[in-house]
Amino acid sequence: MEKSIKRYFPVFLGPTFLAFLIGFIVPFLMGIYLSLCDFRTVTDAKFIGLGNFVRAFQDGEFLHAFGFTALFTVTTLVLINVIAFAVALVLTREIRGTNLFRTVFFMPNLIGGIVLGYVWQLIFNGILSRYDLALKISARYGFWGLVILICWQQIGYMMIIYIAGLQSIPGDLNEAAEIDGANGWQRLWNVTIPNMMPSITICTFLTLTNGFKLFDQNLSLTAGEPMKQTEMLALNIYNTFYGRVGYQGVGQAKAVVFFILVVSLGLIQLKMTRSKEVQQ
Amino acid sequence: MKRKARGGWFATILFTVISIFYVAPLFIVLINSFKKKAFINLEPFKLPSEKTWVGLENFANAMEKYNFLESVLWTVVMTVGSVVVILVCTSMFAWYITRVKSRATKILYLLCVFSMVVPFQMVMFTLSLVTDRLRLGTPWGLVIIYLGFGAGLAVFMFCGFVKSIPIEIEEAAMIDGCSPLRTFFSVVLPIMKPTYISVGILETMWIWNDFLLPYLTLDLNKFSTIPITIQRMQGSYGRVDMGAIMASLVMAIIPIVVFYLSCQKYIIKGVAAGAVKG
Repeated sequence: MEKSIKRYFPVFLGPTFLAFLIGFIVPFLMGIYLSLCDFRTVTDAKFIGLGNFVRAFQDGEFLHAFGFTALFTVTTLVLINVIAFAVALVLTREIRGTNLFRTVFFMPNLIGGIVLGYVWQLIFNGILSRYDLALKISARYGFWGLVILICWQQIGYMMIIYIAGLQSIPGDLNEAAEIDGANGWQRLWNVTIPNMMPSITICTFLTLTNGFKLFDQNLSLTAGEPMKQTEMLALNIYNTFYGRVGYQGVGQAKAVVFFILVVSLGLIQLKMTRSKEVQQ
Repeated sequence: MKRKARGGWFATILFTVISIFYVAPLFIVLINSFKKKAFINLEPFKLPSEKTWVGLENFANAMEKYNFLESVLWTVVMTVGSVVVILVCTSMFAWYITRVKSRATKILYLLCVFSMVVPFQMVMFTLSLVTDRLRLGTPWGLVIIYLGFGAGLAVFMFCGFVKSIPIEIEEAAMIDGCSPLRTFFSVVLPIMKPTYISVGILETMWIWNDFLLPYLTLDLNKFSTIPITIQRMQGSYGRVDMGAIMASLVMAIIPIVVFYLSCQKYIIKGVAAGAVKG
């Protein structure tokens, strides 16, 4: 069977492979090469070694964006996962209206980041203006504004994953623990959570990488204001490319650093939580 | 085992209140879309009164001044085109690389998985150069780019499913004289229907809302998408027309909510399936 399929490889592989080449492989390799070059357009690229990386790390705004992003990601990771898990625990019980609540909590996920940013800008400015304040005057407001927005958007998504996980735990496990005299709290820590580790792995991985890669919401809610203090890594890279002349090489170097950072953080996180998963 | 939760009614009341707060932001945008633009920033939380009510003027403004409907049209073209092409091409790709075992197919699979974790910023500058050079900066051209950039997740999910199909079914079809193409389209494709729905939904959610990729690659003099139009309204020189923005937000949100409510079951399943595989 394999042999006869093989002859058809241009039909089966051709279109996707070609698009993959154009849309991913070529830009990716070019990106790696250009991060080592000085250039404005591509035709004038000159190889200069690691100079762009040195300049990237000397850029105070880039380092600030890194700190801001890290703090933001840790905050949202903890908040989203704890709340989503708690909500999932409640909504898998026999309560009136769980389906309606699930529907409501999940809805913001389908709305795009740009739209959400402007929706919340209206809300936050409406509240803050009563005290003669505005969202874009302090980095603190910007930070918490973004945290609230992202929690509001992503809790529903993670909740769905946690609910799917909870429903796959065999009921007799909890029943057995109950007969053995374990109270609710003990059952949560010793039965439910160990069995939920695969879902927890996925959700922490998603919130971690989503947090680091956040762009649209950052652009639309604060656009980095005031004074680039709420600028996150992805937006900083974007602004380096398109906001400063002659910095394209530095921008590409930052992008490579960003790429390595996201991939390695993701891998470390997967390793850490995977090791805690139990076999059923 | 089903257990009646203690204090069930308390949880119901609590969650009802939270749900109301949850949808409030969207509701507030809706009521503001009917107000005169000068009043939107002044009193965003009040219902429109006789003095502030403008009816559908904001909607008309958004459509006339900012060509909002045109960007809706291009977003639909781009999303539908890309999702259909992604579904057909990547499922064929995934079937081939799962059924034909060789070093090349193994490498292709790993490349696809790898592309899923690469952040867009890594390729955004060079991708915009490539699309420019190949003149792909149209909604149709972007279909190719989305196929390339979105292939990772789709191939990954299809591969996961193909592995669970017993190979005997396909062998039987081929012994009966089906060509590989016919085997794929009349045997494999119908079995994979649930995966098509899941992948389709995940890719639709992504492409419909995507901002940066089309912003950097589309020829913005001729085309625009919903997120791009909204971003431009806010960033445009001169006065920001809050009324038109509110109306556009409403028009951007309504189709999504309708889509969501009508295929909610599939969407939630798709998300759960995507996550388990991811």
